[in-house]
Amino acid sequence: MDLSEFFLVRYAPEILQETGTHLFIVAIAVGVATLIGIPLGILITRQVRWRKPILGIANILQTIPSLALFGFLISVPVIGGIGAQTAIIALTLYSFLPIIRNTYTGITSVDPAIREAGRGMGMTDRQLLLQVEIPLALSFILAGVRVATVIAIGIATIAAAIGAGGLGVFVFRGIAMVNNQLILAGAIPAAILAILADWGISLLERRLLKKGSQATTKGF
Amino acid sequence: MLQKQETVIEFRDVSYSPQHRAIVSNLNFSIRRGEALILLGRSGSGKTTTMKLINRLLTPTQGEVLFDGIPTNQWDEIKLRRKIGYVIQETGLFPHFTVERNVGLIPALEGWKPKQIKTRVFELLNLVGLEPEQFAKRYPHELSGGQRQRIGVARALAADPPVLLMDEPFGALDPITRLEIQSEFRRLQQELGKTVVFVTHDIQEAFVLASRIGLMDTGRLVVLGTPEDFLGSQEPEALAFKQCLRGIASSEASFPQFSDGDSNNGKWI
Ligand SMILES: Nc1ncnc2c1ncn2[C@@H]1O[C@H](COP(=O)(O)OP(=O)(O)O)[C@@H](O)[C@H]1O
Ligand SMILES: [Mg+2]
Repeated sequence: MDLSEFFLVRYAPEILQETGTHLFIVAIAVGVATLIGIPLGILITRQVRWRKPILGIANILQTIPSLALFGFLISVPVIGGIGAQTAIIALTLYSFLPIIRNTYTGITSVDPAIREAGRGMGMTDRQLLLQVEIPLALSFILAGVRVATVIAIGIATIAAAIGAGGLGVFVFRGIAMVNNQLILAGAIPAAILAILADWGISLLERRLLKKGSQATTKGF
Repeated sequence: MLQKQETVIEFRDVSYSPQHRAIVSNLNFSIRRGEALILLGRSGSGKTTTMKLINRLLTPTQGEVLFDGIPTNQWDEIKLRRKIGYVIQETGLFPHFTVERNVGLIPALEGWKPKQIKTRVFELLNLVGLEPEQFAKRYPHELSGGQRQRIGVARALAADPPVLLMDEPFGALDPITRLEIQSEFRRLQQELGKTVVFVTHDIQEAFVLASRIGLMDTGRLVVLGTPEDFLGSQEPEALAFKQCLRGIASSEASFPQFSDGDSNNGKWI
């Protein structure tokens, strides 16, 4: 068989382009979710009464089936509609739970004796947070970002259904045309992306963990 | 009111009863400058709570604790705590900081220059008997329990606070290392003239370190006095603790009164 006939090669330019779109959607969504989610996760370690509502909402958001959420957002004026923007919003909402929860878990699992020692020596809450709690929770927080990224890469394939583009384009087209090669041209790169993202962020986690020496990591 | 020069900390009718559950009650005592007051008591007797009332990790539900003549709740809590070194069981060191950063923590927060901090850290490591060149760059998990305790003491001393609070700091050590570090600490305390409040459940440790012993029993201070006073006390909890000394007392020349009585079991029972 001629190599140029092999489907992954044949579709290569398109695959690259859709991979770019895919990554763009995921990166923006997870980026926004991280920027909002980490502060929210920190907030609920300080303001106990916000904990239940915030974790509750994030929980509910994540249990909504993705196709239903996309469908719902299409009908919402201004922020919704057809296109990448809607996909980004949906993926952001999905990414909140792992990021908020891991930030919260990471910070609350810092040994209370360490926190108490810091407070007892006269560290302010801000100093304690920035110098002790966040550094010690960092591997947890990153694990949350990693999980969010992997989930988002998966769900982003469905975003093609609402015209957002991305690797899902091949999958849906392949299903419509009963063309397995076309389906795989979307599925295989998407799977590889997810694996690479997982691996890359794990690597970062381990780096930070080594630097942070002893902090135990559990997380997701 | 004129503040008595020698009193650093004063408990005035202090109780701490969150949700109406009395944890410590009616504490009335003063701590004098330069003394080592040992709070002795079994676990759950309220020693840690009493200590946290001093650096305002807790505030009394009744009465007041005065530090330098001013009630703790009128102090800026950060300012208050910077005057009080705090050492707790080994977990208190920051695991992600090197020894150098751990010891230099408070000076760094106080805005000292890096060079000053380094000089101070090295000075303190020498003081607690650890070779600076060898230990400064290590992380707490790369130290033995005894070394970690020394670092904990060095960290508390870093900004030269007049008062030290120590909550069972040597509890996790083996008996030999513990005795070593106890006697070193006693020498250090006398040399530096620090006021120390030291919590322990170990009567032997209390005797090694104490200027005075305060015995706590279910949230109350039941005996307060010199080690000699303590040995003479007929308080049931004091008798119970003295029981623990039996057997080691005969080899301990520094407790003459006790050795005399040791042969006579009935004397305290
Ligand atoms: N945060 C807390 N909430 C409720 N009870 C507590 C708390 N901390 C300590 N206690 C109770 O207060 C009592 C005294 O505790 P503590 O001061 O820690 O004793 P010690 O240091 O002498 O072992 C114990 O009965 C303990 O169970
Ligand atoms: Mg205690």
